[in-house]
Amino acid sequence: MRLRRLKAIAVKEVLQILRDPRSLMIALLMPFMQMILLGYGISLDVKHLPVCVFDREASQNSQALLKRFQASDYFTIVANYQSYRAVTAGLDAGTCRLALVIPPDFTERLSDVGTSSVQALVDATDDNTANIAMGYAEAVVSGFSSDIRLETAAASGSATQTIQPVAVQSRVWFNEDLTSRNFIIPGVVALVMALVGAQLTSLTIAREWERGTMELLVSTPVTPTELMLGKLLPYFGIGLLDAVFCLAFAVFWFEVPFRGTLVTLFLTTSLFLVVVLGIGYLISTAIRSQVGAAQIGLLVTLLPTTLLSGYAFPIDQMPPAVQAVTYLVFARYYVTSLKAVFLKGSGVLDLMEPILAMIVYAGVVAVLAARAFRKRLD
Amino acid sequence: MFDRIWQMLIKEFLELKRDKWARFRLVVPPLIQMLIFGYAATFEVYHVPTIVLDRDHTMESRDLISRFTSSDRFRIVRVAETDDDVENAINRSDAALAIVVHAGFTRLLRKGQEAPLQVILDGTNSNTALISLGYLDLIVARYSQDYMSDLLHRGIGGPASSKIVQVTIEPRPWYNPDLNGRWFFVPGVVGSLTLVLVVSLTASAIVREREVGTLEQIMVTPIRPAEYILGKTVPFFIIGLAEVALVALFGTLWFRIPFAGNPLVLLLGTSLFLLSTLGLGLLISTVSKTQQQAFASNFFVVNPMFTLSGFSFPIASMPEPLQWLTYLDPLRYYLVVIRATFLKGVGLDVLWPDMLGMAALGAGLLTISILRFRKSLD
Repeated sequence: MRLRRLKAIAVKEVLQILRDPRSLMIALLMPFMQMILLGYGISLDVKHLPVCVFDREASQNSQALLKRFQASDYFTIVANYQSYRAVTAGLDAGTCRLALVIPPDFTERLSDVGTSSVQALVDATDDNTANIAMGYAEAVVSGFSSDIRLETAAASGSATQTIQPVAVQSRVWFNEDLTSRNFIIPGVVALVMALVGAQLTSLTIAREWERGTMELLVSTPVTPTELMLGKLLPYFGIGLLDAVFCLAFAVFWFEVPFRGTLVTLFLTTSLFLVVVLGIGYLISTAIRSQVGAAQIGLLVTLLPTTLLSGYAFPIDQMPPAVQAVTYLVFARYYVTSLKAVFLKGSGVLDLMEPILAMIVYAGVVAVLAARAFRKRLD
Repeated sequence: MFDRIWQMLIKEFLELKRDKWARFRLVVPPLIQMLIFGYAATFEVYHVPTIVLDRDHTMESRDLISRFTSSDRFRIVRVAETDDDVENAINRSDAALAIVVHAGFTRLLRKGQEAPLQVILDGTNSNTALISLGYLDLIVARYSQDYMSDLLHRGIGGPASSKIVQVTIEPRPWYNPDLNGRWFFVPGVVGSLTLVLVVSLTASAIVREREVGTLEQIMVTPIRPAEYILGKTVPFFIIGLAEVALVALFGTLWFRIPFAGNPLVLLLGTSLFLLSTLGLGLLISTVSKTQQQAFASNFFVVNPMFTLSGFSFPIASMPEPLQWLTYLDPLRYYLVVIRATFLKGVGLDVLWPDMLGMAALGAGLLTISILRFRKSLD
C-alpha cells in the first residue's frame, strides 16, 4: 500500500464531491431535513386528548370530577353529549378519543354504598395512545377519589381511611419526565447517519462505471485496498461532519440531556460510520448502476433501521426469531450506544458489548469491501 | 381514442409480463415487509425485566411480589440483596424496573397506615416505562383491594373502613379490546406500502421511457398526451388495486385482523388514494430527467409523507405547524379510512371528509402533473 496513491484517490474523490452539487446536497441538506422532520414528527407523548362527556347526573360531584379532567394537561373536554348514541357517534367519527359516562346515581351510590364508578370508553384503534390515556384517566379519578375520602372523613370527624394501603412511590431514572423525544432523538441521529452514510458511498463505484472512468481507474497502479481507503476517507470526513451536526442538533436544539463523554460518543460514532460507509461501498462494487445501488442502499438501511434497531420499537418486545435478526442490523448497536451515552452517561466500559459488535462488523465489512473490488472490466 | 388507450394498456401489461424483476418487486418485498412490520412494529409491553429487593420478608411482601411474578407483563430477572444490586441492574440495563419493599412495610400495613412501595424505572424508553408503570399501578391497586376486603372479612378493619368511599373508573377499550398493536399497524402497512410502490413505479416507468428514448417514438404515433397519460396511469391504478388486495389479504389473514366495515367503502377510499399516488408519481416524472433523479425526488417526497402520516406516531402529538402540513399528505387520509373500515366499521357518513381530502389532493396533483407533462413534451 502506498500513501501517495491513497492520497491521490482521496483528493480525486474530494474534488468529485465538491463539483457534484447533488451529492453534496444529499450529504449536507438531508441530515438537516431529516432531523427537523423526524425530530418534530416523532413523538409518543399524549397531550390534550379530546374527551367527550355524557354526564347523566349533572351534579356538583360529577362536575367536580369533570373539572379535574379539564384541568389536566392530558385531556381536553371537547363535547358534552346527552345520549349514548351521541357518544358512540363521537367516538366513531373520532371527534373524541375518550368518552366519560357518569351514571345517574353517581353521588347517591357514593353516599349509600360508598363506591361509584365512571365508565371510560376509549378509542383503542391506536392501542398505545389508548393505553397511556387509560393510565392518565385512572390517575385523575384516583386523585379525585382520595380527595372525596378526605372530605368525608373531615365531615364525619373520623380518622382518614386508607383504602389504598400500598402507595407506589415511583422514581424514574435517566429520563425523569418520561419525554418520548429524549429517547427517540438519539435513535433519529442513528437513523439519519445510516441513511446518509450508505447513500454517500453506495454510488461511488457505480458512478465510475456509468461515467466510463472505470477503464482509467483500472489502468492505474492503484490496489483495491488503496482504492477502498482512498474513496472512503473523504466520506468518513463528511460523515463525521454530519454526525457532529446531528448530535449538536439533538443536544442544543431538541435539548436532549447529554450525560456521557465526548470520547465515548466519538468512538461509537466512528465505528458506526466505518460500518455504514463500508456497506455502502460493498453495494457499490456489487451493483453497477447508480439507481440500483441507491435503491439497494436504501433497502438495507431504511427499513431495518426504522423497524429493527430499537430506535422506536423496543427489541425485547419482538418475537424471538425477529430478535435474532436484529443482531444483524448494524444500527442496533449504535442506537443502543447513543441512548446509553446520552441518557445514562455510559462510558466505553459499560458499552463493551455494542462496541465489540461494531468492531467485528467493521472488520468483516472492511475485509469484504477490500476484496470486493476486482481490477477487471468484464 | 379508446382504441389508442387500449393499445397503450396492452403495451404496458406486456412490458410487465416480460419483466421478471418488476413482477418480483411487486409481490415479494411487500409481503416480506408486511411480515417484518407485523412482527416488529409494536408498542405493546410484556415481560418487563424486573429486579426485586424484599427487605421485609413477610407473608404480605411475598404475596405482593408473587403477583408480579405471575403477571405476564413483568418478568423477575433477579432477586437483589442490596441497594447496589438494584442500582447496578438498572444501570447496566439488566432490569428496566426495580421494586423495593422496605423493612417495616407490613408493620405499617397492619397499623392501617400507608405503606410505601418503592419503584425505580428506567425511563430511557419513556413509552415502555409509562405503560409498565400503568400495569404496576393496576397490580398494586388490586393487591390493596384484596388486602382491605380480607381485613373486612376478618372483621379487624375497624369501623372506619366498614364503608369505603371510593370512585373507580371502568375503562372499556373500543374497536380493539385487547389493545393489540398489530390491529393498529397492519392496516397502516397496507397504506404505506401502496404509497411507496405506486409512486416509484409510476415515476420510474415514464422516466425510463424518456431515458431509453421510447417516449419520442410514442410521441410520433397519433396518440395524444392525455391518452398517453391515461394509458400510463390506468395500468398502475389496476396494479395498485391488486397490490392493496394482495397485501391487505395476506396481512389480515396472517395476523388475523378483523374487518368490521364495508369493503365498498374501502374500495372507494383506495381508489381515491391511488389517484393521489398516481398524480404524485407523474409529477415526479415531469421534474426528473434520469431514473436516478426520479429515485432521489421520490425519496425526498415519500419519506416525509410516511413520517407525517400518523403511521406509527400520532399526528396529535406533533407540533402544530407540522400538523397543518399533514393535511397535504394523502396517506394521512387513507390511514384514517383504512383503519376505520377495518376496526371501527364506520361508513361514508363518518369518512366523507377524508374521502374529500384525498379526492381534492388527487385532482390537484393530477392536474398539475398533466399540465407540466404536456409542457415537458413540447
